[in-house]
Amino acid sequence: MKKVLVVMLAVIMAFAFTACGGDEESSDAGKVGAIYIGNINDGGFTQGMHEALEKSSEENGLELLYKENVSDSDAQAIRDAATNFIDEGCTIIVGCSYGFGETLDELANSGDYDDITFLHFSGLFQNETNMENFFGSMDEARYLSGMAAAATSESGVLGYVAAYPLPEVQIGINSFTLGAQAVDPDVEVRVIYINTWGDAELERTAAEQLISAGCDVLTYHADSTATQLAAADAGVYTTGWNYRNNAAGDYYITAPYWDMSAYFTPTFEAILDGSFKPTGNQPFSSYGSMESGMICIDDFGPAVPEDAVEQINAVKEQMENGEFSVFSGEIMYADGTVLCEEGQTLTVEEIWNINKEIEGVISTSN
Amino acid sequence: MTEFLAACVVAGTPLAFATVGELITEKSGNMNLGVEGMMLMGAVMGFLAGLSTSSPVIAVCAAAAAGAGGALFYGILTVSLKANQVVCGLTLTIFGTGFAKFVGEPLMGSSAPSEITGFFGKIAIPLLGDIPVIGPVFFRQDMFVYLSYIICVLAAVYMYKTRIGLNLKALGENTAAADASGVNVTLYKYAHILIGGALCGLGGAYLSLVRMPIWQEDIVNGRGWIAVALVIFVGWNPIKGFFGAALFGGLSILGLRLQAMGFNVSQYLVDMIPYIATILIVIFSTYKKKKESQPPADLSNNYFREER
Repeated sequence: MKKVLVVMLAVIMAFAFTACGGDEESSDAGKVGAIYIGNINDGGFTQGMHEALEKSSEENGLELLYKENVSDSDAQAIRDAATNFIDEGCTIIVGCSYGFGETLDELANSGDYDDITFLHFSGLFQNETNMENFFGSMDEARYLSGMAAAATSESGVLGYVAAYPLPEVQIGINSFTLGAQAVDPDVEVRVIYINTWGDAELERTAAEQLISAGCDVLTYHADSTATQLAAADAGVYTTGWNYRNNAAGDYYITAPYWDMSAYFTPTFEAILDGSFKPTGNQPFSSYGSMESGMICIDDFGPAVPEDAVEQINAVKEQMENGEFSVFSGEIMYADGTVLCEEGQTLTVEEIWNINKEIEGVISTSN
Repeated sequence: MTEFLAACVVAGTPLAFATVGELITEKSGNMNLGVEGMMLMGAVMGFLAGLSTSSPVIAVCAAAAAGAGGALFYGILTVSLKANQVVCGLTLTIFGTGFAKFVGEPLMGSSAPSEITGFFGKIAIPLLGDIPVIGPVFFRQDMFVYLSYIICVLAAVYMYKTRIGLNLKALGENTAAADASGVNVTLYKYAHILIGGALCGLGGAYLSLVRMPIWQEDIVNGRGWIAVALVIFVGWNPIKGFFGAALFGGLSILGLRLQAMGFNVSQYLVDMIPYIATILIVIFSTYKKKKESQPPADLSNNYFREER
């Protein structure tokens, strides 16, 4: 069965290549090829990415090609998508998922594609010539959403539907908790790991289980809006995530989201005028923030008390001026070890070493 | 606790439809491994019909029709053309998956209209809904869950208490004997394969129209295979099928429940339990030679009249 499939796919692919070779009506400046893990109207991560890429490409006179639903774990599919784009004349390849990194890194360092620029969201891979990984201090927006959640909650128990126990997710959980604690020091954050980035049914079930465990405000780090729908159905409050997509009506309190065009527009510009050079900073070559405009928080819903909104906006303003660090001062892990000492502020590298939840979080990994 | 049990029933509902569907198909002597595909076809067509007509009845009918449509392919291949049942079933699964992706692509991210979500909202049944424990678990659910109760009971009555049901059983146990006693083999096989497919389609539609209710590509996510295992687990009995579905559904959410309570148990470990249980049941029932929980004797053998 598999062999037959492989042969069939190979034939289809061969046709796909010839079909692509034919049309030569490219725009002058060049083309961008984007590889997505999801669908461009998923109401979440991929949609946010796509809209930013469309905007930044247009502003730079570039043509955007994209491929949806490329599996994170299918190295061959990632490689094919990238080389296909290059054959079609793309000079910039954007990989929009953590798992694309290794394959793109291989291509970038293979020597065959030195004139192509690879931009990769998150991940571990970068070089100092043609591969940059970019990310941002989402902990800032998570912190603000945690403040809003704690201010809205009556029970003082917040729920968090989380993907994997990985640093990216745990930084989110910890910063959300720190924000919540800034408003209500006794707040409790319950976490369920669903061990996938996106499975709407599992997300919904996890959300329902959190609600029945007493959580009255939910947030999530997963791809679909299922958590929002479950919250609205049960009459509890929820944040959005990744994208300004209110799926819960009046139960929506806010959403931490990315505005990737704050990164793509200047980066494309630099690539086009030849001044682009990855910084080589660890762990990320480019790290956006609320100050740079990449990290954003949506307007607050009607359920968030007005005085809390004022308080949150004051912190937000400090963040936008680059005067506020989330991981600063004494912070303890839930297991009693120290994450951050009195008077210390964590660097980006130190933040990305986080691998546990802090005090106030109830989860299975501590 | 009652909340969790109610959640088990909900999680078991798509499995219950698919299990009863597959069970009826297998009773006619045909093993259809396309459950996953038919569920996906039902899920996507039900959602599409619901989205474009806003009518819950049309959506449910479309889902059943889509599932039956998939089963019809399978029926033509295995009953009329006598092709290998396992291969055709697997093909149907692959086809259904692709079909759902193709039809569902423009639906990504859209949610079911409020007429449908309203219609399938939770409704408490008077009196029954007030019984402690049992009330909230079984009788404060949505219309679709109640439909699954009705279908399981109807299937049991049909299989055990009617003449046609007896003929069906004979067909699965010894097709040649059933043929000799005047049972229309082709008609019976087609009818039950189609009914089975329609029920699988309904199981899928429960996920897309009621449970979520947003469209997502891999919405069925392996439940079709769990249903195939469940049929063996419950020994081809539709009533046990309902409770087995609730049990397997419960196990699928148990890991999340434990996490919400703060216990550290891997969901992966919990996910394996249904299959381990199925294997144990198969070993046990084979060992004990319990007649009623054995597969139909002529299961997955195509019937050639000339070879009698």
